[in-house]
Amino acid sequence: MTELAYTEPKPKTIAGAKSDWELVIGMEVHAQVSSNSKLFSGASTAFGAEPNTNVSLVDAAMPGMLPVINDFCVEQAVRTGLGIKAGINLYSRFDRKNYFYPDLPQGYQISQLYHPIVGEGEVLVDMEPGIARKVRIERIHLEQDAGKSVHDMDPEMSFVDLNRTGVALMEIVSRPDIRGPEEAAEYVRKLRQILRYLGTCDGNMQEGSLRADVNVSVCAPGAYEKYRETGDFGHLGTRCEIKNMNSMRFIQQAIDFEARRQIAILEDGGSVDQETRLYDPNKGETRSMRSKEEAHDYRYFPCPDLLPLQLEQAWVDAIRDGLPELPDEKKARLVTDYGITEYDASVLCARRAHADFYEEVASGRDGKQAANWVINELFGRLNKQGLEIEETPVSAAQLGTIIDLIGKGDISGKIAKDLFEIVWSEGGDPAEIVEARGMKQVTDTGAIDAAVAQVIADNPDKAEQAREKPSMAGWFVGQVMKATGGKANPKAVNEAVRRKLGL
Amino acid sequence: MSELNKLTISDARDGLRKGDFTARDLTDACLAAAAGSEKLNAFSAHTPDRAVEMADAADARLKAGDAPDMCGIPLGIKDLFSTEGVQTQAASRILDGFRPPYESTVTSQLWRDGAVMLGKLNMDEFAMGSSNETSTYGPAVNPWKRKGDDAALTPGGSSGGSAAAVAGDLCLAATGTDTGGSIRQPAAFTGIVGVKPTYGRCSRWGIVAFASSLDQAGPMTKTVRDSAIMLKSMVGHDAKDSTSANLPVPDFEAALTGDIRGKTIGIPKEYRMDGMPQEIEDLWSRGAEMLKDAGAKLVDVSLPHTKYALPAYYVIAPAEASSNLARYDGVKYGHRAKLAPGDGITEMYEKTRAEGFGDEVKRRVMIGAYVLSSGFYDAYYLRAQKVRTLIRQDFEKVFADGVDSILTPATPSAAFGIGEMADADPIKMYLNDVFTVTVNLAGLPGVSVPAGLDADGLPLGLQLIGRPWEEGDMLNTAYALETAIGFSSKPEKWW
Repeated sequence: MTELAYTEPKPKTIAGAKSDWELVIGMEVHAQVSSNSKLFSGASTAFGAEPNTNVSLVDAAMPGMLPVINDFCVEQAVRTGLGIKAGINLYSRFDRKNYFYPDLPQGYQISQLYHPIVGEGEVLVDMEPGIARKVRIERIHLEQDAGKSVHDMDPEMSFVDLNRTGVALMEIVSRPDIRGPEEAAEYVRKLRQILRYLGTCDGNMQEGSLRADVNVSVCAPGAYEKYRETGDFGHLGTRCEIKNMNSMRFIQQAIDFEARRQIAILEDGGSVDQETRLYDPNKGETRSMRSKEEAHDYRYFPCPDLLPLQLEQAWVDAIRDGLPELPDEKKARLVTDYGITEYDASVLCARRAHADFYEEVASGRDGKQAANWVINELFGRLNKQGLEIEETPVSAAQLGTIIDLIGKGDISGKIAKDLFEIVWSEGGDPAEIVEARGMKQVTDTGAIDAAVAQVIADNPDKAEQAREKPSMAGWFVGQVMKATGGKANPKAVNEAVRRKLGL
Repeated sequence: MSELNKLTISDARDGLRKGDFTARDLTDACLAAAAGSEKLNAFSAHTPDRAVEMADAADARLKAGDAPDMCGIPLGIKDLFSTEGVQTQAASRILDGFRPPYESTVTSQLWRDGAVMLGKLNMDEFAMGSSNETSTYGPAVNPWKRKGDDAALTPGGSSGGSAAAVAGDLCLAATGTDTGGSIRQPAAFTGIVGVKPTYGRCSRWGIVAFASSLDQAGPMTKTVRDSAIMLKSMVGHDAKDSTSANLPVPDFEAALTGDIRGKTIGIPKEYRMDGMPQEIEDLWSRGAEMLKDAGAKLVDVSLPHTKYALPAYYVIAPAEASSNLARYDGVKYGHRAKLAPGDGITEMYEKTRAEGFGDEVKRRVMIGAYVLSSGFYDAYYLRAQKVRTLIRQDFEKVFADGVDSILTPATPSAAFGIGEMADADPIKMYLNDVFTVTVNLAGLPGVSVPAGLDADGLPLGLQLIGRPWEEGDMLNTAYALETAIGFSSKPEKWW
């Protein structure tokens, strides 16, 4: 596999009143597993159903009900692990995390504290072409989601919707390798991209399919490097965890606010309390949710209703063999195979469907030209209309034909854009449209010469000026193009104008 | 035909098939016996309409010649089993009025085979107790009394209602569950047979959970043969229980040849406890001699970690219980406390659970939360799990040395009086489980067989412990013991 060379970005530095500070960030991303049914029950995971309709007896924690593992969710977690180059633990186990809350009907969440299914991996976070951060992943474990408490429907009562209760989540835990708010957002974006390539999470943040807990601390320049050398967290500052973030923008804002809050405390001679905080996007600030002392004692212990998960290496290997090409490999390959820039390759690889579309267009054609058309014309137009690539009215074959028509000299780039518009709104074979509507370039020198002669004859003053000042020739070219309805070959017109004016 | 309720399952089966009486006759006899049994307080709910309906359906099957062994057999069901549409509250106030919209796997298999439900049976709250005194329904009462003494005795627990109902001939047999001895101890206290199968034999689906890694359902019957018949209907793989074993269902009754020649019976020296009544020790020796006379070989064996079993059990079981009982919070079903103005969710939890749970349940939930809490987990829970492994290894070693079954006393005493232990240290009550918990910790099958009467005229039991998944062999040894002992005493009806 080809890998693109990169250098690491500089950490974000915030200038305090007394000294500079660096940020250290670790994230726990909760990604909802794409699956039809829940982690331990057969209930549907469909989003947006009427409250309490996707609830099985197990989800509602009726007496005597027992969880049974959904094998597909296990497969999705393994696929995700392989997608971030992580070790797969052939032995893993489920634990109960005990706490009381109305949207947690069992009184415990089934999770994996002691033996997670996925071990150490990595995610390469691209910042800009040639600059990227390798973020180490500590683990991924499977766990149940909780339900939803609704407090604003009645002044006296709270309500509970258990539709989400028991839906499978992957908690993806990073090491504290993220060094700024932008990196944090890019990390989530890259993770989402990988999950979507793998088909293991739809990454829909509005629907809560992807949520992040962000651990933020600050330290003096140099301290982080000492931590990396020694592995000793003592070199780092005390962290605060900001819970349940579901927007890239809020993640960045929250980290920035939180870092500045901690810096202010430290520069005042105070110390940061390790605690859980919530971000209030309306006020743009984080506030304390519970301190370390108030932290729940979750009384974790192995769930006695479930046997340990024992995976076969051959089963894991089969999943590995079925993995799609992932963003990093694809990007590197597009750069190598099609000679496009890393930037363009990044844009094209944002989604698998985008890259597939591009490759179909670029196949057997000039890669750069194909990239320009796909990115600038097609993506631009899709964005404007708010359409996804799957909804494009211009197919890869049609766009390819348009590019071929330019290559053959049948149409100019400018006409090609008009043609693109016609195909976009009316459809049809671009070659036939060019024929039928007489959009072909005029390359007949006789006709061009006649048109040039006519324009010179109509504008003797300008012809005189142009002979003095050759840059005026462009005006004549424009007039001729106008007169020929844009169909004249611009290169041929240019030559004829210069020849006739004696330039 | 009178007193059909006193029949065994095997006799009733044969009589039904021969047409000596109908399932309806049998059911009516049991319903009448049950209706007149208030003083035993064995039933927590009667379901006569359902019983009659099921009996008629059984008669139709008998007539059609499509009658499994359990067809038409009237049963009582421990209140821990979910029964669709029928009050199921684990003898706890916190499940007040709970009627599950589902049927437990074990009971649905019994109904599949044509058995008849007479009603639900009393038990200790959430199966926590050894005397049925922790029940929200009040204690079940043992049909047996001491000679010349009118004091009400406990039938043991937690399956006390089941034991009292079977011993009192209110039903032909009953379901029980056994987490630390809850089938075997009450069986021994009431002179009946109780089987705790290998962990994973019976599905736990639909049985209100106490301690998931220890709970196992089993039959409580009048004879070993009846247990063999009923067990076959209760067991089998269930995809809804991940800990259910995917093994074929053996014909346990066919294993009852009574021939135990060449079998090796282990006598564990660690079960000879200080302060154990002489008559229990004598009973044990007599039982061993009988097995020897029947052609088995006796060997002394050692299960060195036995003395750590009870403490380990009283860490692991409460730990699991504290988590399993977290779902009873007043939010979804069962009892919810009346709240004062301004009370929030925390008050709702606290008041609901304070009102809904009895003292013993609260004690175990607190012990469980404590042993799992951070800072204590390693010292208690993890250590107890290590002990559990050592106890299992003790048994594995003995079985690897060629022992087929292990013979022990079932309980350290005969039935005691209701209220007798009220002021005692709870640990004294826990000591009832001393001979039975090891079996649950090791996941093994065990059976309690009535073996004689003590000086007060109360029944005493012996326990046989089998190899994992060898219930058939274990029951055959129990059958040989039962035959040799010839226990035929019945309590005198006073209720």
